[in-house]
Amino acid sequence: MQAWLASRVETWRQLAPQLEALEKSRNHSAAEAQQAIELYRALGRDLSIARRILPASRVTKALEHSYAKLHSIIYRKPHDWRARLLSLFRDEIPEVVHELRGAILWVTLLFALSAGAGWWLVSAHPELISLLADEETINNVERGKLWTEGILNVTPSSVLSIGILSNNIAVTLMAFCVGIFFGLGTFYLIATNGLMLGAMFAFTHQHGLAGELLKFVTAHGVVELSVICVAGAAGTMLGESLIRPTHPTRRESFQHAATKVSRLLVLCALLLVGCGFIEGYLSPDPQFPMISRVIVGFGYGVVMVAAMTGHLFGRKRVRPDVDA
Amino acid sequence: MAAPQVTLQSITGVDIELRIAGVGSRSYAFVIDWHIRAMLAFSWWAVGTALSFGGFTSLFNDDAAPSSYYLWVVMPTAVIYFFYHPVLEVLMRGSTPGKRMAGVRIVTRTGDIPNAGALMIRNLFRLIDALPFAYLVGLIATMFTAQHVRIGDIAAGTLLILDGKEHDVSLARLAPANSSLDPRAADLIHELLERWWELEYPTRRELARSLVARTDKSLSPEQVGQLDANELRARLEALVNPTS
Repeated sequence: MQAWLASRVETWRQLAPQLEALEKSRNHSAAEAQQAIELYRALGRDLSIARRILPASRVTKALEHSYAKLHSIIYRKPHDWRARLLSLFRDEIPEVVHELRGAILWVTLLFALSAGAGWWLVSAHPELISLLADEETINNVERGKLWTEGILNVTPSSVLSIGILSNNIAVTLMAFCVGIFFGLGTFYLIATNGLMLGAMFAFTHQHGLAGELLKFVTAHGVVELSVICVAGAAGTMLGESLIRPTHPTRRESFQHAATKVSRLLVLCALLLVGCGFIEGYLSPDPQFPMISRVIVGFGYGVVMVAAMTGHLFGRKRVRPDVDA
Repeated sequence: MAAPQVTLQSITGVDIELRIAGVGSRSYAFVIDWHIRAMLAFSWWAVGTALSFGGFTSLFNDDAAPSSYYLWVVMPTAVIYFFYHPVLEVLMRGSTPGKRMAGVRIVTRTGDIPNAGALMIRNLFRLIDALPFAYLVGLIATMFTAQHVRIGDIAAGTLLILDGKEHDVSLARLAPANSSLDPRAADLIHELLERWWELEYPTRRELARSLVARTDKSLSPEQVGQLDANELRARLEALVNPTS
């Protein structure tokens, strides 16, 4: 035992700096990789012997620690972030969107129905608007002034954009995460957003301002509302993974669903950054005519669809095999 | 009760048991990180505010804040506070300064280093773990799950394991190859020297005497019996560090 220890001790003393160097570097040569694998094998042998002759000793524990560290270094995934990003946007996200298309349809329908319900409620019972809007907004609209008017005189576009995009991203992430409550959280969030939108349109319509509100919303709203619905659909998938697990346990099913659909949120967040800038710079500016707002709104909508289907990132349309 | 473990399975057939961090270690790491990020964010805000206004009193005037103040002071403060965990966990491969100090590290359920995607998902679900306040959902989840994980960990398939730095030291301070010291005795001597001041005087003296008698053959039992605690300590240090 003493002889074996004497033969290995110098190698072990050098382990910590060796592992640190291997961990820090990302571009190893083939020789270095080979050396690391040899070290891994040697360390495995040493550990096996040390466990037998020095059980529960500090040396054995230290060898276990070093072995685990080297294992992580050897088995870590290749670090090619360009290829990873391309694969994410071109292949993975479109696949998730394809899988979610049914849920997206249902969540959009829920949003539209909630908006209709909001419109009907405030049209039939105008006093209900006090539950959905603050007093200042109500007073402004009653005086014939939309709350978005003159907003650029108070807050610069840059600050406004960042505030808006942060808020929208937070709402979108929340719409996804609350899906964990068996999807009910997502339904609630989508329904309340739809209800508020419908109610505000009904209220402004009663005071002859619905056209102005539509003008304000058109440029950014197409993508913004779509993205919230898409994130909501992703949230319902989380809920479904718990209600109808696709794996042996609900935990595994939830993890699988979360890992898969959360990729979509990267694209949602990026699209919302664009919406934030449109809402901060273009939407409140009265100089932009309706036609330019429609072009921007629907043009950005086309970009969104192209991004979600992967065509924006070079994904080719897959033709069904006629022989199959 | 033994701490729960996760097995890292190796192709060589030599598997490793990684000890999963409990609620205490997790909370300790979080509290350290919270203080670091709060201090960083506050420092940025304080310096930025002082530079923008020449002090803090004009902050309370409604019309005092220019837009550049929001862009260069308020926003970066929020970014430091909210992006501290995701950014550092990705850069430090599953660790943060607080986790390092607390001796814990994030790994996947197979014991590997998690990728950036998993770390992002883990942080995204802080929105749920932080509900309704003070990370109550996360705390309850870590208390009642077998592997002490919060919702974010379940979603990302990650765990927090104990990862002390003392192991690196254990190998570095091994007796040189030409030393005749039994490694098991060396292990005990290191442990005794580490805990020297925590032990009561008679206890450490007795333990040191027993170890010196066992390992230092140049002294007779009578000579060992006459050594005081400081001399015994010096002897033990000389045995494990013969060159110093």
